Amino acid sequence: MHLMYFTEQPMSAYDAQAGLDFGATALMFSNRHFDPVAGSRLYNEYLEHYRLAEEVGFDGIMLNEHHNAPFCMQAKCNVFASILAAMTRRVKLVLLGNPLPLADNPVRLAEELAMIDMVSRGRLVSGFVRGGGQEQLAAGVNPAYNRERFEEAHALIVKAWTQTGPFRWEGTHYQHRVVNPWAVPLQTPHPRVWIPGVLSKETIVWAAKQRYPYIALSTEIEATKKIWELYDKVALETGYAGGPEYRGYLQRCHVAETEEKAMANAKQFMWMQGEFTGLAHPVWSSPSGYFSPSYRTAFVEYAVGRRSNPRGAAFEDQITNQQIVAGTPKTVIPKLRRLLEETRPSIMGFWASDGFVSNEDTKTCIRLLGQEVLPALRDIGKELGLWSPFEANAPTSIHFAEPARLKDAARQA
Amino acid sequence: MSPTPIAWQAETVPVAGIALHLARAGAGAPVLVLHHDIGRPEPSPFDDALARSFSVLAPSHPGYDKSPRPDWMRSVRDVAVVYQWLLGERELTRDLTLVGLGLGGWIAAEMATMAPRAFKRLVLVGAMGIKPERGEIADQALLSYIDYVRRGFADQRAFDRLFGAEPTTAQLEQWDLNREMTFRIAWKPYMYGATLPHLLGGVATPALVVWGREDRIVPLECGERYAKSLPRARLAIVEGAGHFVDMEKPDELAQLVIRFVNEA
Repeated sequence: MHLMYFTEQPMSAYDAQAGLDFGATALMFSNRHFDPVAGSRLYNEYLEHYRLAEEVGFDGIMLNEHHNAPFCMQAKCNVFASILAAMTRRVKLVLLGNPLPLADNPVRLAEELAMIDMVSRGRLVSGFVRGGGQEQLAAGVNPAYNRERFEEAHALIVKAWTQTGPFRWEGTHYQHRVVNPWAVPLQTPHPRVWIPGVLSKETIVWAAKQRYPYIALSTEIEATKKIWELYDKVALETGYAGGPEYRGYLQRCHVAETEEKAMANAKQFMWMQGEFTGLAHPVWSSPSGYFSPSYRTAFVEYAVGRRSNPRGAAFEDQITNQQIVAGTPKTVIPKLRRLLEETRPSIMGFWASDGFVSNEDTKTCIRLLGQEVLPALRDIGKELGLWSPFEANAPTSIHFAEPARLKDAARQA
Repeated sequence: MSPTPIAWQAETVPVAGIALHLARAGAGAPVLVLHHDIGRPEPSPFDDALARSFSVLAPSHPGYDKSPRPDWMRSVRDVAVVYQWLLGERELTRDLTLVGLGLGGWIAAEMATMAPRAFKRLVLVGAMGIKPERGEIADQALLSYIDYVRRGFADQRAFDRLFGAEPTTAQLEQWDLNREMTFRIAWKPYMYGATLPHLLGGVATPALVVWGREDRIVPLECGERYAKSLPRARLAIVEGAGHFVDMEKPDELAQLVIRFVNEA
């Protein structure tokens, strides 16, 4: 198994009432509610948490980014990945990921990622995402070309990583008369690419066709099984068998010394869900052209308030269906076993706390996860044969049959 | 007394690989009516009123309403060229009057700059295409389908009459499709062309610029700028109308157009 630590890096230090009064905490919710003094403190606390996560035995640190919203302070995952590349020694840096359509210069992204790979001595896993609906607006990027830009930027980055330059790129959305970045990745053929997602079938199909692991972001167990049904079907059509090494899952999971404390802190997961879904703006989060045409009816109804957001289940329901797992190490391990048995992922992200959970409680949670939960999960993983892409030596992609590894000279050094 | 209903005939014209939908009605001097970003309402009392005096051609823009989306299309100028092509096919450029509504006004302005002497008359109504200096063009990406269209009406009862107080889901889906096409061709810069004002000075066509006094989508200053930049233009302001003048004051607008075309 590959076990990762994750936080959304919440900016909880803002006037929540102002958000409620405005009616949305996204895109147009004024950044005058952002306090850089609190921001500076929080960024440094989050760095402390990442350092601790490596110390207590996590295999990876999962990073992401969002824009114009308090639920996630990380505006550029490559910035934190760069810091962690130098600050950590062992953990994989798993970016889930860079929002490709938001980039006007994918070659620049290829360079940044190559630098992170070299500084970290080959610990980069470079996931890519489409970016949320409102993020297209935050970046001024045309939502109608989101998927086209995603696919073209991906192709350009992989080419920049794997073919020597200079070469010329004349695409639909990107034109580069000279592609010849001097920063190239330490890993060969290129760093592993994992694709996270929650909703779009198109993304699952695309990831399966590329033979990239797909990371389901906190979906319900039954929905997760449907994702793997689709992934495995496309994998077979593509010419390989799906399985644990292609499956990842991000689990909200808070652990404390007592059940009561764990449950109280786990309620803070609703803080972000309130922000992200309850207080997302139905129009800004679903700009025309961004969503799959097959969801058009649902989204136009959602946009005018005729349909509620499908993701906003109550806390108690999310505890029951295990979208949120909380308790002492002893009580969460059987629940996680159920998830592993039923959905068989080999990559697990632990979204450990959110909202206003204190610095101390977050550190306790990370410690308990590392000392008691992760060892148990590793045993369960072995028992169930949940080998991660690294353990299984899985191919880098459909185009590169060999697993990503350090260049020979680096391995000898 | 309600006016006699107008019988519209529909045809499909292949232009630039697009099966362009074209509605036609009436007889007399030809008038090409270019619809708004939200599409062409059916029925359209303004088009009906014009068809009582002219031979009216009302196409669906590529990717809007009944015309399929050309995936390659990237700009409002592309749409203008498609219409020049259509008119060339039909040998219709002589004596033709262009009437452009909102986004259609921008298309019409582009067409006029491409063929400065080809048209008989140019009518721009609440036209996009020029960057306002003081105000802003309302950003529909930030507004729901209903709120955006409502914003274009001075009197909300006019909206209710046309679309119902709660428009159908089918209507919302059509607005979404049209909005997506607008994003595809006019996203950045949003709803104006930085070069258009520099090119309007060569347009010899007499032009009438019409603006709803209460246009909350394209500021009136854009109308003033069009009227100043087009050498043979004058500005007419319709009181009590918003952006969708044709939907809110169809007869008043039709009379302005008829008088202007017949002035010659």
